[in-house]
Amino acid sequence: MLFASFRVITARNPVHAALYLVLAFFQASGIWMLLQAEFLSIALVLVYVGAVMVLFLFVVMLLDINLDSIRIGFWKHFPLAATVGAVIALELAGVLLGGFRVTEPQKQVATQLISPVAVSAVAPVDVASAAVQAADVGHMVVAQVSNTKALGVLLYTVYLYPVQVAALILLVALIAAIALTLRARKDSKFQNPADQVRVKARDRVSLVKMDAVKPAAAPAAEETQA
Amino acid sequence: MNITLGHYLTLGAILFALSVIGIFLNRKNLIVLLMAIELMLLAVNMNFVAFSHYLGDLNGQIFVFFILTVAAAESAIGLAILVQLFRNKSSINVDELNTLKG
Repeated sequence: MLFASFRVITARNPVHAALYLVLAFFQASGIWMLLQAEFLSIALVLVYVGAVMVLFLFVVMLLDINLDSIRIGFWKHFPLAATVGAVIALELAGVLLGGFRVTEPQKQVATQLISPVAVSAVAPVDVASAAVQAADVGHMVVAQVSNTKALGVLLYTVYLYPVQVAALILLVALIAAIALTLRARKDSKFQNPADQVRVKARDRVSLVKMDAVKPAAAPAAEETQA
Repeated sequence: MNITLGHYLTLGAILFALSVIGIFLNRKNLIVLLMAIELMLLAVNMNFVAFSHYLGDLNGQIFVFFILTVAAAESAIGLAILVQLFRNKSSINVDELNTLKG
């Protein structure tokens, strides 16, 4: 997985980078499966590999990218990038390896720790009771049912408003993506319903009152002049 | 040898650092920048799932769910902007995006 993500940032061709990113997502999904987060690992594969990465591949292949101009300045930034990355990795690894040496999943201890903290931290009564309920629900479902059902119960009871907000975010993203990429073509024929409703009968048919004339009279006069 | 929580967190940290390096290295390429951001979100999600498993608290996984949602929306809008940019400028070079400069 580290190799795959390393190739994502160093691959010369963006298509290769996208494919390595797919590989990294698959491996992350496998690791999440090992961590007993089945629903999230399946969702990662479906959402990311199925939708987002296909979108990436489409865009990468759609845009004809000049590869040489992209690579200018790659090695110029390398020392700075390597220094920053090494510092971040060493700091994070040092702190995390030093601080968290948990080997067993702590179910009881964690929930007992969480509920008093949640009660004391949140001042309003409703929110505090909701937090306690969240901790209780989380504790209950971890012990008994499957991961997916537990997530669903938690998602639609305690986290109902965040779910709706997430749905709204997705809707806004959908509309924004369409509105950004929509081009109004000049030559396409389409109907304007407002014009169709607004039109009156006199705009369509105009009755002209005129005298009756003999139609054959004019050509005959021209012939005599010629 | 048992796999501890620290190992997962270290994996997440190395992933995050790699994506930071990727952002620094591929300054010119907007697509790879977006991919590095996705990788960064994946590292954060890895930490969330690891904590959620080892502390026995499902709220972390709920949070990962929302992060996935927001990341999908973000990448969709980013790619839409990218397509528009390519139509207008015929390149995705970040250095040419200076038309908003005051």
